[in-house]
Amino acid sequence: MTGAGTAAVAAVERVATRLEAERDHLTELDSAIGDADHGGNMARGWRAAADAAADVEDPDAATVVKTTGKTVMAEVGGAAGPLYGGSLVFASAELDEGLTPESAVAFAETYLEKVQDRGDASVGDATMVDALVPAVHTFKKSIETDELPPVEALAKAVEAARRGVDFTVPIRASKGRASYLGWRSVGHQDPGATSTLFILEALLEVAQEHGDVTVADADATSPTIPDEDV
Amino acid sequence: MSVGLVVVSHSERAAEGIVEVAAEMGGDTTIEAVGGDGHGGIGTVPGDIEAALSAADSGDGVVVLVDLGSAVMNAEVAIETSDVDAAIANAPVLEGAVEAAVAATSPSATLSSVREQAESAADVDKV
Repeated sequence: MTGAGTAAVAAVERVATRLEAERDHLTELDSAIGDADHGGNMARGWRAAADAAADVEDPDAATVVKTTGKTVMAEVGGAAGPLYGGSLVFASAELDEGLTPESAVAFAETYLEKVQDRGDASVGDATMVDALVPAVHTFKKSIETDELPPVEALAKAVEAARRGVDFTVPIRASKGRASYLGWRSVGHQDPGATSTLFILEALLEVAQEHGDVTVADADATSPTIPDEDV
Repeated sequence: MSVGLVVVSHSERAAEGIVEVAAEMGGDTTIEAVGGDGHGGIGTVPGDIEAALSAADSGDGVVVLVDLGSAVMNAEVAIETSDVDAAIANAPVLEGAVEAAVAATSPSATLSSVREQAESAADVDKV
């Protein structure tokens, strides 16, 4: 086991590496329905964030997340800057007392709330919200109701996000740049939901390495449907 | 003291052009133009908007005119992080900037009166 701050630095580095590897893939998705800048913007911004996170002295999770968010906000540009970066800065306060299963749930919920609030998007608008809502609700349920270990809970959340990404393909986009296309957005996978999944997958990898746990096959085929209207 | 204005566009040149038009009607109102992704491309950056808020503020607050999508979000982030009392006008960017510039020249102008005047531009018919 390593400290949460060190793990957080490693996580940001893994996210940056993953987004750099997926740059062309994300650009391809975005060029179908948007302005073809998501891959380049995310890769550039998260690389800058990983470098900034690595420079944090005596890192704790909250400071690393806040530094990451500020850098993403300044460097990614477009709507992704405030949505990914601004929400991280805002939610980082939930980790001020350290990283625990409870604070991780609070962090995830606050992040989701900020994304929905800022982007004014709901489930079914074909945005990153379609990946985030099932992921955050599944994570919360796995921790609080099923009392699973955090890494297993995260694995289930990743699976839920993956199906959320698939859900963006057949539906019509009603928020963001893709909404200008109307029905022509149907049949396209949302780039923001996709990059959100990549970020969660990178987090899971690092959590498994730093928690010294491996989760073989997460079964999230029956995710929790949230009670409240989301 | 007077109410200042900030015009935010995805294009720095568009923002400057809108300021050029609005300034015709704006007397000595301070109007700052901000735009671009900070790398010479199209986009908006919250840090640049925050700097423009400070430059436009003389103590009575700042009304912000924005173009599309992420300009709105980045302006919201900038206002949240700034010490300046600022508000986004729900108005078309050019028409709203002209209305706001006129309203800001009034001796009794306040942040809310300038914002309201800017928002009246949403009802302007072209034909």
